Amino acid sequence: MMAQKKVLMKGNEVIAEAALRAGCRNYFGYPITPQTEVMHYMAKKMVQIGGNFVQAESEVAAINMVYGAAAAGFRVMTSSSSPGISLKQEGISYIAGAELPAVAVNIVRAGPGLGGIQPSQGDYFQACKGGGHGDFRNIVIAPASVQELYELTVEAFNLADKYRMLCMILGDGTLGQMMEPVAFRDVEPIVEPEKPWAACGRGGRAEHNTVTSIYIQPDDLERKNQELVDKYKIIERDEVRYEAIGIEDAEIVIVAFSTCSRICRNVIRQAAELGIKVGMIRPITLWPFPKQIIRDTAALPNVKAFLDIELSAGQMVEDVQIAVRGQKPVHFYGRMGGNLPMQKEILDKIVAIHENPEKEALD
Amino acid sequence: MAVVFEATKGLTGKPFHYCPGCTHGIIHRLIGEVMCELGILEDTVSVASVGCSYNSYEYFACDAVQAAHGRAPAVATGIKRNLKDKVVFTYQGDGDLASIGAAEIIHAAARGEKITAFFVNNAVYGMTSGQMAPTTLLGQVTTTSPFGRDASYQGYPINVSEMIAPLTGAAYVERVTLTDYKNIMNAKKAIKQAFLAQQANLGFTMVEFLSTCPTNWGKEPLEAMDWLKEKMIPQYPLGVFKGEDIDFKKVEADVKAAKEGATA
Amino acid sequence: MIDFSIILAGFGGQGILSAGKMAAEAALYEGKEVSWFPSYGPEMRGGTANCSVVISDEPIGSPVVNNADVLICLNQPSVEKFESYLNPGGILIIDSSLFYVEPTRDDIKFIPMEASKIASDLGNMAFATISMLGCMSEATGCFKKESFEAALYEILPERRHKFIPGNMEAFAKGAEFAK
Repeated sequence: MMAQKKVLMKGNEVIAEAALRAGCRNYFGYPITPQTEVMHYMAKKMVQIGGNFVQAESEVAAINMVYGAAAAGFRVMTSSSSPGISLKQEGISYIAGAELPAVAVNIVRAGPGLGGIQPSQGDYFQACKGGGHGDFRNIVIAPASVQELYELTVEAFNLADKYRMLCMILGDGTLGQMMEPVAFRDVEPIVEPEKPWAACGRGGRAEHNTVTSIYIQPDDLERKNQELVDKYKIIERDEVRYEAIGIEDAEIVIVAFSTCSRICRNVIRQAAELGIKVGMIRPITLWPFPKQIIRDTAALPNVKAFLDIELSAGQMVEDVQIAVRGQKPVHFYGRMGGNLPMQKEILDKIVAIHENPEKEALD
Repeated sequence: MAVVFEATKGLTGKPFHYCPGCTHGIIHRLIGEVMCELGILEDTVSVASVGCSYNSYEYFACDAVQAAHGRAPAVATGIKRNLKDKVVFTYQGDGDLASIGAAEIIHAAARGEKITAFFVNNAVYGMTSGQMAPTTLLGQVTTTSPFGRDASYQGYPINVSEMIAPLTGAAYVERVTLTDYKNIMNAKKAIKQAFLAQQANLGFTMVEFLSTCPTNWGKEPLEAMDWLKEKMIPQYPLGVFKGEDIDFKKVEADVKAAKEGATA
Repeated sequence: MIDFSIILAGFGGQGILSAGKMAAEAALYEGKEVSWFPSYGPEMRGGTANCSVVISDEPIGSPVVNNADVLICLNQPSVEKFESYLNPGGILIIDSSLFYVEPTRDDIKFIPMEASKIASDLGNMAFATISMLGCMSEATGCFKKESFEAALYEILPERRHKFIPGNMEAFAKGAEFAK
């Protein structure tokens, strides 16, 4: 699989291109900043290749069109930004209940409410802890570069099909709006299983197929719930992805994803110049969360403390604390409202933790 | 012994859970019969909604998708855009279609989606036990309009067919009822015409069925039929609101010819 | 080179965003890591536009620039807004044929250049920003002139290649202001 020459492209456009390359021929969406380029790209390219593009009347309708296309057995994607994803939660819950494969992209902006349109990671809870009603999970992937947006969006379709569930790409305004070089593959690693369960017309089948999320009898529903739980356990075992940098000899370990991890990467270099060894664990899947590596890292004698950095008031940090299990102090630094942390702010925090790992640690 | 009557193969044969005197069962049977008569049972996907008919997929023998409350037209859009040579229909009640799903039905019609909406209007929320619907008549007592629907307080009924018909994307819209043999046969004809118009890609199609809900109306089945005739029909007149000029004989011949051409 | 940062700012329609993209393309041609990040949302509709470009030998951290090595301004509000973002020793380049304002800082290098005049002399107003990129290239070596030219041939469709000599002339004239 030879990599092609690098081209400079916008993150949002790369998401759309990746979906098309993954064989997705359905896009249903509703305009919202800062993800509109996904839609613009699809409006043109999807139609040119004979796929389906519908600008829906609402986010609610869009996610239900996704549900319909997925139920009929076709690869499908929607994209939106935070307030729009809130509206889609109804459909996302139904997709989980009916076990349909679909990809949803959230180019997160700052909230709550109408909030702002600048980058944020404040939808971590919504993405990873359910979001909609009922007991369910989505696979949540957090790319950190335009190249990763491409590769992981293609992968998202494979994972969605493999596990018959929604796979969410969690980006932010920075990642969606920025241009970076991206090298496309000549051939995509598409793995699309047969979908004998799809409601696409019986066509001679003995029994009719039904796609549904309703189980009126408690025993039936509990059985269904248990099936989901069992599936989620397999995903937690097999699909955790992360990047670990310099944790073997780190005194302080940063946990950060996506845009924040990029900034932290530079801070690690600066800290080294000050003689402080800083490592980083960058979750690539936010669910399943890479708790084992964090737990193992916390047990290392060289590690004095963890520092979680987010564009929020502190959401992933709760999962970090669970994973650390009180073995080492956990610190948090976040920026909100659409602001990004400056390298110096993070470096100052590292210096302070280095002087006293216990001081100002979270409970 | 010669078979003089048999149940339609368009239905699964599972006994209906609907209350005595409710017309859902008649409508189901008519749809099942038409699917068989048009030879489309193997090529149809139904979209169930939320309401008393939430599990219509257990009765229709075609493939089915269950949709969230009000979203059936959006779900049907997602299906039909991929299965352009199949027949896709939604089966929705008045709360589902005219209240929570008002946006979805209007925009599906406006886009001219090649789907058929079967709209069962019984002027009340059935499954959740008799609340006021958008189609509840003025003065009608429901559990959420216990003093009768008061226009100054609860607004006016929505005439959905009259609202959808003027949309350019809507090709065929008819309101029917099931009060007697003649009307039942007419309802069956409307179902057939809606499917044919869909197969001919004429645009969005809808059949509104004025139906009874003896349980939530607090009436005996026969009383309910009389109430429908006396009260509902004046508010919701029967008839074709869009597509009167369609030559369905020709459409049927064209659809048949296209089908034979495709298999030849 | 680690995180060489550029901010380009002006009114919408002055070619700010595409000039930033050209700079990134030139550096990409040299095999550098690059990022480009635009202002987006309501401020676009307020008539101003800006973008940040980062060029580096290492993977780039934040594409959002708070500490710039070069600030290219095509209007006065942009100078006022972004002057403080410049690193000490950074360079402020303005199109002095459109406006003139002295920087308030004395720890930066100030290059007023008649970019729009260069462009109008060459008969294509789109060349104004190109000449400013030429000035930046000459003053900092952030990418080579040859790379810029090669990148143009690569990214522009064939039918627009006839404009490249004019672009390069503007680039060269801009470079003279850095000397």
